[in-house]
Amino acid sequence: MRITCPHCGNRSLDEFLYYGDATVTRPRAMEGGQASASAMGDFYEYTYQRNNVTGDHQELWYHSAGCHVWLVVTRNLTTHAILSVAAARDVALARASAAATSAPGDA
Amino acid sequence: MANSRYSIFSVIREAFNGHAGWTPTWRDAAPKPDYDIVIIGGGGHGLATAYYLAKNFGQARIAVVEKGWIGGGNVGRNTTIVRSNYMLPGNIPFYETSMKLWEGLEQDINYNAMISQRGVLNLYHSDAQRDAYARRGNALRLHDVDCELLDQAAVRKMLPFLDFENARFPIQGGLIQRRGGTVRHDAVAWGYARAADLRGVDIIQNCEVTAFRREGNRVTGIETTRGFIGAKKIGMAVAGHSSRVAAMAGLKLPIESHALQAFVSESIKPFIDGVVTFGAGHFYISQSDKGGLVFGGDIDGYNSYAQRGNLPVVEDVCEGGMALMPRIGRVRLLRQWGGIMDMSMDGSPIIDHTPIDGLYINAGWCYGGFKATPASGLCFAHLIARDEPHPVAGAYRLDRFRTGHAIDEKGQGPFPNLH
Repeated sequence: MRITCPHCGNRSLDEFLYYGDATVTRPRAMEGGQASASAMGDFYEYTYQRNNVTGDHQELWYHSAGCHVWLVVTRNLTTHAILSVAAARDVALARASAAATSAPGDA
Repeated sequence: MANSRYSIFSVIREAFNGHAGWTPTWRDAAPKPDYDIVIIGGGGHGLATAYYLAKNFGQARIAVVEKGWIGGGNVGRNTTIVRSNYMLPGNIPFYETSMKLWEGLEQDINYNAMISQRGVLNLYHSDAQRDAYARRGNALRLHDVDCELLDQAAVRKMLPFLDFENARFPIQGGLIQRRGGTVRHDAVAWGYARAADLRGVDIIQNCEVTAFRREGNRVTGIETTRGFIGAKKIGMAVAGHSSRVAAMAGLKLPIESHALQAFVSESIKPFIDGVVTFGAGHFYISQSDKGGLVFGGDIDGYNSYAQRGNLPVVEDVCEGGMALMPRIGRVRLLRQWGGIMDMSMDGSPIIDHTPIDGLYINAGWCYGGFKATPASGLCFAHLIARDEPHPVAGAYRLDRFRTGHAIDEKGQGPFPNLH
């Protein structure tokens, strides 16, 4: 497995650190200055529970021995084929703008 | 069930008979319409569960369904090490139960599993690590489990060829469990399969589960590639793929699937007597009876269902081996392979009810499941037969992360890369 970093090009796997599922986001502990009522359950889900899908998987990788960029890599879990690589920042911005246009307040 | 009891007499009889009288080790059963208990997964844990259900808990009408063939999964892929040198109270009695079952297993199931108590030696490389090992040893002794803290001179006597004066990681000594050792892994699957079969368990191979059938909150059976099989109770023992099977029942688990690689070298003359682990990296090694060095290290560290790994971990494992015993550097690697592990969020397993009535789960073995095979089977059978956890497996609850009762043997928190 080699990952093509958008800044550094095609690099060996051991330059990267893995951080898991890129489709989950850290829950909010506070809502409007108040502790969120669902925070305990939300953080339990976020910290311990996993979808653990098979097939194509969007996941976070950190280019620790390179340019230090966070990446969202889409990889097939049964073949290890890497299907796409994007900067995590761009993915997050695209998600935020999609959420803002489709359903305000439902981010 | 034409199997006769295996003994020296049956071997002699067959020697004079041209070995023409041996019958298949177990029946190739076809699925019946329904059973009292169906175990999903014909690996070591599933077969052991079926065996103890029949033998210890008087259950009948049991089937084990396996998507592939017996011995083709992780029970045939591991590095065959057995030991019970854990530290936490939730783990020690369980693994010691397993160790005791290993010690009597061959007589119990009438099968030669080549159980070899050749000792498991964990090396330490610093004062701090020695203290941590002494603490673990004390915890073991408080639970009546054998272990011994060795100084450098004692380790030198056992393994004079180790790199004791390594500049970065000098070997100061080790913690040894002499009752630990190795077991022929696939013989465990075959032996449990035969023993379960002799007690009437149907072992159904090439039968993949595709869905659960439910009435209300109770399971009533499984849809499989060989048709519907009804069941009053269903146990899942499919570590590596637990999340996928559980998802068919609508469950989400605290587990990630990762690839672990293992390695075997060309055969060489007797070299390493027991199991040795490197304490400054992650490397463990033993020598098989065929002469190959069997070794491994860390998981690859990313989600995978691919049953193979990548080169960085191969390099890391070999570097660990070279730091420990430089003379293995000229031995050629014969084979390397991968298996898929259920990596739980605290490094400890799950043997519990699910929220669905009649559905039980045995999962999350990380990469330490082989040594647990007998106790896992016994405790899972106890749970399924009596609907209550076995006393030594009481900590392995599915909801322990929600309730704050994680069994974090390594003390590192919620990451799926432990043990």
